[in-house]
Amino acid sequence: MSKNRELLSKIGLRQDGRRADELRRIRCKLGVFTEPDGSAYLEQGLTKVLAAVYGPHQVRGSRSKAQHDSAVVNCQFSMAVFSTGERKKRPRGDRKSTEISIHLRQALTAAIKVELYPWTQIDVYVEVLHADGGIYPACVNAATLALIDAGIPLKEYVCACTASLANNDVPLLDVSHQEEIIGGPTLTVAALPMSGKIVLMEMSQRFHVDHLQKVLDKALQGCKDIKSILDEAVKSHIQDVGSSTGWASTT
Amino acid sequence: MFTTKAFIKKNKVGNYLKHVREHYIRDDISCGLQECETCLPVESFLSPDHENKCSLFTSNHYLILDTNVVLDQMDILEESVIGNVIILHTVLNEVKHRSLPIYKRLCAVIENPSRHFYVFINDHHQGTYLQQNEGELINDYNDRCIRAACSWYINHAPKQKFVFLTDDSANRIKAQKEDIPSYTVSEYVQNLNTSGLTDKLSRKDFHGNDFTKDVFPNHLSNVELLTGIREGKLLQGTFRASRDNFLEGFVNVDSYEEPVIVQGRAGLNRSVDGDTVAVELLKEEEWVCPSEIILEDEGVGDESVDDVVTKENELQKATKKKSGAKPTGRVVGIIRRKWRQYCGILQGGIDGVYQMFVPADKSIPKIKIETRQAEFLRTQKLIVTIDSWPKHSRYPHGHFVRALGNIGDQTTENEVILLEHDVPHSQFSEEVLNCLPKMPWIITDDDVKKRVDLRHLDICSVDPPGCTDIDDALHCRPLADGKLEVGVHIADVSHFIRPGTPLDREAASRATTVYLVNNRIDMVPALLSSNLCSLRGGEERFAFSCIWEMDQNANILSTRFHKSIIKSRKAMTYEEAQLIIDDKTKQDALAEALRSLNKLAKIMKQRRLVNGALVLASPEVKIQMDSETMEPLDVEVKKLFETNSMIEEFMLQANISVAEKILEEFPDCAMLRRHPVPPATNFDPLVKAGRHLGFEIRVDSGKNLAKSLDEAVNTKNPYLNTMFRILATRCMLQAVYFVSGTYQKEEYFHYGLAVPLYTHFTSPIRRYADIIVHRLLAVICGADSTYPDLLDKNKTTELCQNLNYRNRMAQYAGRASIAFNTHGNYKMRKVTCCMSVKTPCKFLYHDMAWNVPYLWPKKAKRPIFLNTMKRTRHKKPEVWLFTLLTPL
Ligand SMILES: [Zn+2]
Repeated sequence: MSKNRELLSKIGLRQDGRRADELRRIRCKLGVFTEPDGSAYLEQGLTKVLAAVYGPHQVRGSRSKAQHDSAVVNCQFSMAVFSTGERKKRPRGDRKSTEISIHLRQALTAAIKVELYPWTQIDVYVEVLHADGGIYPACVNAATLALIDAGIPLKEYVCACTASLANNDVPLLDVSHQEEIIGGPTLTVAALPMSGKIVLMEMSQRFHVDHLQKVLDKALQGCKDIKSILDEAVKSHIQDVGSSTGWASTT
Repeated sequence: MFTTKAFIKKNKVGNYLKHVREHYIRDDISCGLQECETCLPVESFLSPDHENKCSLFTSNHYLILDTNVVLDQMDILEESVIGNVIILHTVLNEVKHRSLPIYKRLCAVIENPSRHFYVFINDHHQGTYLQQNEGELINDYNDRCIRAACSWYINHAPKQKFVFLTDDSANRIKAQKEDIPSYTVSEYVQNLNTSGLTDKLSRKDFHGNDFTKDVFPNHLSNVELLTGIREGKLLQGTFRASRDNFLEGFVNVDSYEEPVIVQGRAGLNRSVDGDTVAVELLKEEEWVCPSEIILEDEGVGDESVDDVVTKENELQKATKKKSGAKPTGRVVGIIRRKWRQYCGILQGGIDGVYQMFVPADKSIPKIKIETRQAEFLRTQKLIVTIDSWPKHSRYPHGHFVRALGNIGDQTTENEVILLEHDVPHSQFSEEVLNCLPKMPWIITDDDVKKRVDLRHLDICSVDPPGCTDIDDALHCRPLADGKLEVGVHIADVSHFIRPGTPLDREAASRATTVYLVNNRIDMVPALLSSNLCSLRGGEERFAFSCIWEMDQNANILSTRFHKSIIKSRKAMTYEEAQLIIDDKTKQDALAEALRSLNKLAKIMKQRRLVNGALVLASPEVKIQMDSETMEPLDVEVKKLFETNSMIEEFMLQANISVAEKILEEFPDCAMLRRHPVPPATNFDPLVKAGRHLGFEIRVDSGKNLAKSLDEAVNTKNPYLNTMFRILATRCMLQAVYFVSGTYQKEEYFHYGLAVPLYTHFTSPIRRYADIIVHRLLAVICGADSTYPDLLDKNKTTELCQNLNYRNRMAQYAGRASIAFNTHGNYKMRKVTCCMSVKTPCKFLYHDMAWNVPYLWPKKAKRPIFLNTMKRTRHKKPEVWLFTLLTPL
């Protein structure tokens, strides 16, 4: 199968018609639920993710988890059973979900000003409605928006993006599921794009250090691009909310 | 812009899955016309300077092709008179999907700037993208997209003229309605002012209407075939034509142990060797035995089938059910054609434009072609391809592709051998040559720092005389407390061939150097193969070294690998090395080293034999000839020295050591070589031959086989043992490359060498597998970096498939070349031998790989090779006359 397909054709287009350095279409919306403190919906290509944030609130369950100098960030990742081609048996609890939950927490903890809320807990729930590659980045990006919607102070946006390497040479940005199948190593990076800090980095297979830099640069560039898209969305959301309540200038 | 494609696909388990894919539509795709000012500038080979000289049009024009044109008329498209062609992405994808070989040829044309081709990505262009309608067939949809792109071009550049070529009449009519100038390829080509081009037109529609009588039964439709196969009424398999009987063939069906026999016109029903066909089994009482008679198609090009009917009757008589009838069937449809280009000659004695082409490959039927240059072509070896085989025609229809040269010329015949075995043999392209290091090549201080300097060691190489691609060298020196240090130094080819470069891709595609009797087709350009990589005597070269510490009993105490710089003291032949070893007066370091190596090698070889390694005679049978009379004097197996096996032992050991190392480090993606245990039935001919001559050959294990081969010696007949070993080689399966992650550990076994693990490391100049192994090993040593494809199991598996295919073909090509040259150089002795095939001569062996049958009468000292090229059928069908290659 993979024999007949190439990540990047000779004319420089990918399977879906993108060029090597183009992101998939990102569409997002803040405040999609009223129940949680903050929520967001994000589409990255066909990967669709919902995120909800509760808190900060008192630590629930065992008190021993609470920390005297910072808030505890609790993340739960799940995938709707209908999100993949073949129906999943259960939405969470498998190894992959647990792993993504942990990675989410790592990325979000780095961005939230946790020191402002000692003895509290912030819950982040993320659900994948449709999976088409780059699940983790979509979750991070959606969670960021939900946190902003909840009004939780952040150091800055935390954005994530994947990148791969085509034809052993050309870095590819934002890998789709189809491209993941065709092969090639995938690098996932979560970063604070403004300060350029990397908060999480993961590789799907062995990757030589010689190629790492250019793929990493590409992924970081992707994070920056995503940041500006999210920023636009936040601004237009504030404008919408503001104009309806009448306290923001509508110029 | 953005749209999605949704489709439903069945997965392996049988569930229906919905796949949704993104499909982006862009506004930045250029038309590729130089004259255009609206589109973004883009690299395009379309050029207003090229002129398509077709008398149908008064002005210059651009061509847009339909998929069927590319698929059927590639031979025309490869002609340089046609240029300024726009290939739509829809067409490119469809071609890729339908035929990979055609796709590759098309890509080669597109990449050639002088051909002025341009790929227009119509399916992502906002002006030409169309949505597939509900219920619309994919073919109709593609046709609609192609027409839309044509219309777009016409509107986009009104000053230019665009011509749409298609051989699909429905599409052409629709296009004409939409005001797109559309023509068939033959209309277009016939109006080009270039002679000889019409010969190359693919013929699907050879005077089809004036025939009333069908020569063959109908084929079932695709749907009927698929249903039949699914319901088990039909069997799917690969058709193999008999070389000796044009009315017989076999279909290898996966679920059947024995191939299904098909016979006669109705049975074969237009199958050509290699096709994937559907067969229907006959009732058991209609089953027949495989025929032992030889039938040749003696048709002269007319459509009469009377002579075929006679032969069919003859065949029927010969195969009528005796005991031992085998499953028999008839072909009811073709699932996939495996037509390719065939080499051959024109049949003599036919006048007119319709000529009969006789392929060199006996399993391919004669092909009818139309040409206006028959007189000239009769002196040539030519290439012809099949276009169609309608049921009313006795022969498939094809067209002439090109002439290779005069019949009988050495160069022509070599070309034929290379083409028939699919050996890539064109000159290395400029792009590839640009990857070579610039001369003069010097070793820099930086190089010295990265490598271990072994220039002080007494290293030497031992090879056959006249060898210019020396890829291995050895050294041996005593260490303290009686230990020995033995080093194998292999040319560091991977230093020069960097992954992903055009040079690397070319080498990977060629896979191996091919040796013909008087020609060598290199895998890498000569600068590397015969100079920079060749470990020549007295020159400083880069090497990859494998160094062991051994005790006096050839036990390995430690192994290490590193890249090095060496300076071989001397490049010797086997004979020279042997003389030095034998000459006791020579006491210098080199002589001592050679003696130690020889001593160790003997111990290693003995150990290997005890473990059950097979020693099979080399098939390189040399025929000695009297230089004056050119009469054959003797058949002998190439002379071997002790040093031959000395080098072999150390190479084997190096390969084994490397295999262990790379598997340890890369359990999932190491490239190894396995030799599967052959199924017991493979040995039947050997066991039978043994029994007949009074020897019991045991084949239950490699060890027993080796032992019984050793014991099968007749002191009066020294050839007998060699003969058995040649036969045994023929029973073996091919050794193959594979990726460690794709097989179970037990399957890694190399049967012939009787080792659990093996790979190829020692000949990177002439085998691509060794380059990959070098790269893996270099990563382990920290001398080089990895790249994604190296660690990708699937990519490497694909690579292995190509390597295995090319190796097999290279081997066959080499043998064909030996066969041609021995036949060719022989002054044929007019000795004929009568023999009944019906009750086959008990000593007749047919060597399939060489296609040389041989006789071995009891009294004779050696086998008699028969010349199949000069066989004639005697009057009685079962008696054959052969010309002998060796005297009785
Ligand atoms: Zn244009």
